[in-house]
Amino acid sequence: MIVLPILAPLLFAIVSLVGWSKPAYQRVVGIVGAVALNGVTLSVFAQVRAGGIQVAQVGNWPAPFGITLAVDLFGAVMLQVSALVALTVAIFSLSGIDDSRVKFGFYPLFFVLLMGVNGAFTTGDLFNLYVWFEVMLMASFVLIALGGERAQIEGAVKYVILNLLSSTLFLSAIGLLYNLTGTLNMADLALRMPEVQPAGEVTLIAVLFLIAFGIKSAIFPLFFWLPASYHTPPVVITALFSGLLTKVGVFALTRVFTLLFITDFAITQPILLVLAGLTMVVGVLGAAVQTDFRRLLSFHIISQIGYLLMGLGLGSAGALAGVVFFMVHVILAKTALFLVAGLVERLQGSFDLKKLGGLASSRPWLALIFLIPALSLAGLPPLSGFFAKLVLVQAGLELRSFLVTGAALGVSLLTFYSMTKVWNEVFWKDRKSGMPALRRAPVSMWVAVISLAAISLLAGLAAGPLVDVSLAAGIQLADPAAYISAVMGGIGGAP
Amino acid sequence: MTLLLAITAGGLFAAGLYMMLRRSLVKILVGLLLLGYAVNLLLFNSGSRLVPGSPPLIREGESAPALIHADPVPQALILTAIVISFGVTAFAVVLLRQAYQVTGTDDLNEMRCTDIPCPEEDILPDDPEAAP
Repeated sequence: MIVLPILAPLLFAIVSLVGWSKPAYQRVVGIVGAVALNGVTLSVFAQVRAGGIQVAQVGNWPAPFGITLAVDLFGAVMLQVSALVALTVAIFSLSGIDDSRVKFGFYPLFFVLLMGVNGAFTTGDLFNLYVWFEVMLMASFVLIALGGERAQIEGAVKYVILNLLSSTLFLSAIGLLYNLTGTLNMADLALRMPEVQPAGEVTLIAVLFLIAFGIKSAIFPLFFWLPASYHTPPVVITALFSGLLTKVGVFALTRVFTLLFITDFAITQPILLVLAGLTMVVGVLGAAVQTDFRRLLSFHIISQIGYLLMGLGLGSAGALAGVVFFMVHVILAKTALFLVAGLVERLQGSFDLKKLGGLASSRPWLALIFLIPALSLAGLPPLSGFFAKLVLVQAGLELRSFLVTGAALGVSLLTFYSMTKVWNEVFWKDRKSGMPALRRAPVSMWVAVISLAAISLLAGLAAGPLVDVSLAAGIQLADPAAYISAVMGGIGGAP
Repeated sequence: MTLLLAITAGGLFAAGLYMMLRRSLVKILVGLLLLGYAVNLLLFNSGSRLVPGSPPLIREGESAPALIHADPVPQALILTAIVISFGVTAFAVVLLRQAYQVTGTDDLNEMRCTDIPCPEEDILPDDPEAAP
């Protein structure tokens, strides 16, 4: 059952490959595939919610020997949210991506990317995680360069080089860990880690993992590839990347630091918290000086990663619940903002804040739709960002980490400043006389933007059930015993 | 033998990282290749049992392999890693060649269009072969 989130995108990648040079066919396949994926992830989520951690042993090899697939509640939530992102992006790309890019394989790559992402959320094996990362990266490499404009190629060069470096470090960390423990199954590793000697080497490997996943998730000193590349491809691709890629990095960090490296948490905790604070602050300050819509949002991605890292660094069940909730919130809000930016570009022909203006009077509904994810990102009640930050700040205060909590609150204020800047420039400011006439945007773009904003709004208004799920997921993450017994206990069981 | 491999891997890591810090695209590519080899050697070494002449097979008439046997897992890992790095390298070569064609330079310092928007006339028309 839990193999399906990997198999479904693979199937639709093949189906869309069949009609290589038929854009209309591929666009339909894109929608159908995304809807089917949502069905699959919804049933996986229901299963995990009702029956606890779901495990499948690939090829029926018992746990530490074969490749294990395991979906806990966090993984199921991530699967579901990324399927939602995929659906809205598929709707938006009906007219948001040009025919020539479709003919060069946008949709097959889209599904391969989803396969890699879902694989990373599903796997219970460290080397298998590396393979899924590579699947995801290869698809993203091609997607970011698709079309071959100069800025895209330059952005792709930076993106590819730094991500390959990160993969290399990840692989070395896996090698060193295997050398110490003789296993790569995450649950088995979690069992053996406490007894591993010498403990110093474990810390070294932990730092290697932190750097490798840190590059991928764009944390403080390692984020420079992100603002240099994310704004270059068409906005659909940026929206997809911002919703999925860095979040997979954070997911992997969370897995590794809640399951494997928990014995020396006293050493890693201050490192994680300092990095979290710096990531938040530097990201939001970087955004403050930007005048390009997409670059501004790219810097906000970094700043939001800081919050996720903060929850991970705090490490209590409450804080990890905050990570889960914040992840849902930020994926929805961020993707919605990028899609709004794409819609604005379609209407007024630019991403440059200075060349935009007057949309509040000419397109009041769009202004309202922008405000939902924007204010949610800033953390205003009753939107999802408020509750996400509330859970994190509460955990921070309980653990008496006042500095990082204060940083989180201050950065919220700066995020709000940044969002009001966009609001002023794009919507509130009067139209200048020299601006080109407003163009019409296709219905599919509106549908995508409205539905994603509505989902984001719903995540805030119906925060109760979502908090329940996050708390359950946080408790699962904080106590790895359930995960270990689910994976290791099922020896010989049917997949 | 283990020591020799370890030193070689370390040397490759150092050389690879040094090359990655260069500005020329080709040298960065060489750096990536060297790093890939370094990691493969590291994985090869990581089994902690570099034993010659003792395959992980169960001999006839016995019920378990020899107590000290070669660990097959790192070799499976290396094989996978080699295949992946082959694909990735092929893509990187094409991308860097394309970058050279589009920008007319192989110096990373000259690639600033992502930070400062390039003047319009600098942007070359879309090449139909641009997308890989």
